[in-house]
Amino acid sequence: MRKARFFPKIYIVLSLLFLYAPIFVLIAFSFNESKSRAYFTGFTFKWYKELVQNEAIMSALFNSLLIAFLSSIIATVMGTIAAIGINSLSRRKRGFVMNLTYIPVLNPEIVTGISMMLLFVFFKQLMDLPLGFYSLLISHVTFCLPYPILNVLPKLRQMDPSLYEAALDLGCPPLQSFFKVVVPQILSGIVSGFLMSFTYSLDDFVITYFTSGSGFSMLPVTIYSMVRKKVNPQINALSAIIFLLVLALLIGMNIAEAKKAKKE
Amino acid sequence: MVKKKNAFLAVPYLIWMAIFVLVPLGMVLYFGFTTSEGQFTFENFKSVLKYGDTFFKSIRLSLIATAICLVLAFPLGYIMSRMGEVGQRTMLLLIMLPMWMSFLLRTYGWMTLLENEGLINRFLELFGIGPFSMINTEGAVVLGMVYNYLPFMVLPLHSIMIKIDKSIIEAAEDLGANGFYVLIKVLIPLSLPGIITGITMVFVPSVSTFVISRMLGGGKNVLIGDLIEQQFLGTVYNPQVGSAMAIILMVLILVIMGIINRFDAEEMEGMMV
Repeated sequence: MRKARFFPKIYIVLSLLFLYAPIFVLIAFSFNESKSRAYFTGFTFKWYKELVQNEAIMSALFNSLLIAFLSSIIATVMGTIAAIGINSLSRRKRGFVMNLTYIPVLNPEIVTGISMMLLFVFFKQLMDLPLGFYSLLISHVTFCLPYPILNVLPKLRQMDPSLYEAALDLGCPPLQSFFKVVVPQILSGIVSGFLMSFTYSLDDFVITYFTSGSGFSMLPVTIYSMVRKKVNPQINALSAIIFLLVLALLIGMNIAEAKKAKKE
Repeated sequence: MVKKKNAFLAVPYLIWMAIFVLVPLGMVLYFGFTTSEGQFTFENFKSVLKYGDTFFKSIRLSLIATAICLVLAFPLGYIMSRMGEVGQRTMLLLIMLPMWMSFLLRTYGWMTLLENEGLINRFLELFGIGPFSMINTEGAVVLGMVYNYLPFMVLPLHSIMIKIDKSIIEAAEDLGANGFYVLIKVLIPLSLPGIITGITMVFVPSVSTFVISRMLGGGKNVLIGDLIEQQFLGTVYNPQVGSAMAIILMVLILVIMGIINRFDAEEMEGMMV
């Protein structure tokens, strides 16, 4: 029996070591004075300084944040409205629409990427519209759209429809009833749909790679070209910063969730 | 009455999805079956035939990676599901955290570790072993797939395993089942839906990757994803052949997932009897 209790701990430690080894190596070498990825020669912050001064990376970061912000807002608004519509469809029609919704989720990313690229190349030939900001925005909205829908729909199903009708009966105009009665009840679904969209958009590489063209650089594509040139410790500094940001964000979200669970 | 009136709200979404999901997929089909002049042809598929080896290699490596993920994730998911609430919360956080970092950066981390002059070889050198050439091998590509997609296997397994009641396992043990029998007669059948979800979520991105193979496999380990990428963004722009490859990839995934689902359905029936 004692052996049985010992094994799980070792297993968890080994699994976490496997998951975190490459990340910790990246972070450790972000403080390395030389460019070597094998020998630690001395401590420095210079790669962080160079990273912040690297205009290509900073503008790519700005572009990625801009696209993530815009596409997740558009996807959340359109997705929430669509979810209300889908919720009132008959079962058969709803099944059809949900199958459509799952296509971008289940299709391999590379297929989604090249299929949209074909469309945008066609637009380019048709209207002389080069790939760039607009094509990225459209492709990001498209692959984000399922997440608000999948998060809002269950909330709508839990909601009592007679509350909305009661508001209408009491003379509240439809739009106001929607914002005062429906939105508060589905808000948690809207928020998680937005957050998922935002993170997926920020993190996506494959679809971005195929739909970005050459004029508009996004962070993951910039990282990819840096990584392929191999030796550039600024990548390590960037990894360390992203790791800390994600860690802080996840811990914050977890604490908020735990507090909420306690209240309930 | 109010309900039906709302159906029109889905229309803008449907139009969007039709233009930006269905039409592009239709274009893939169209390009796959036509020449650059728009004539119907099977030539594109014929020219894919010479890459048969690459297709087999992609399927082989991603099936190996999926199997390794399943073997590694099953105990992990189970151990996690038996932990207390705080323990589970912490473990979920620790497993999801790497997923939130760009997979390009994490794969780059493995390049640092696996290189001939890399840390693993330097570590082994202390004991007088090696050096081994690990990077640019099939093994490195499989490792990259396992590493990147392991959380996708752990999370569905964990979420289904927390529903398995402790008393069911105890009952099996009381009735004389040893650990092995508890595993194949109780744990695996009860976590089957999680296993299928996990297999899908690991296999699909593995078989269609082009980044992992390029970063960890060097130029020698070309996969389907690399072939497709080369047709669209390589030196020769050939969307016709690229589309044919994408069609074959989608069909392959459907067939393999169909086999896995059917196999599991039969297993389930067997279990029921």
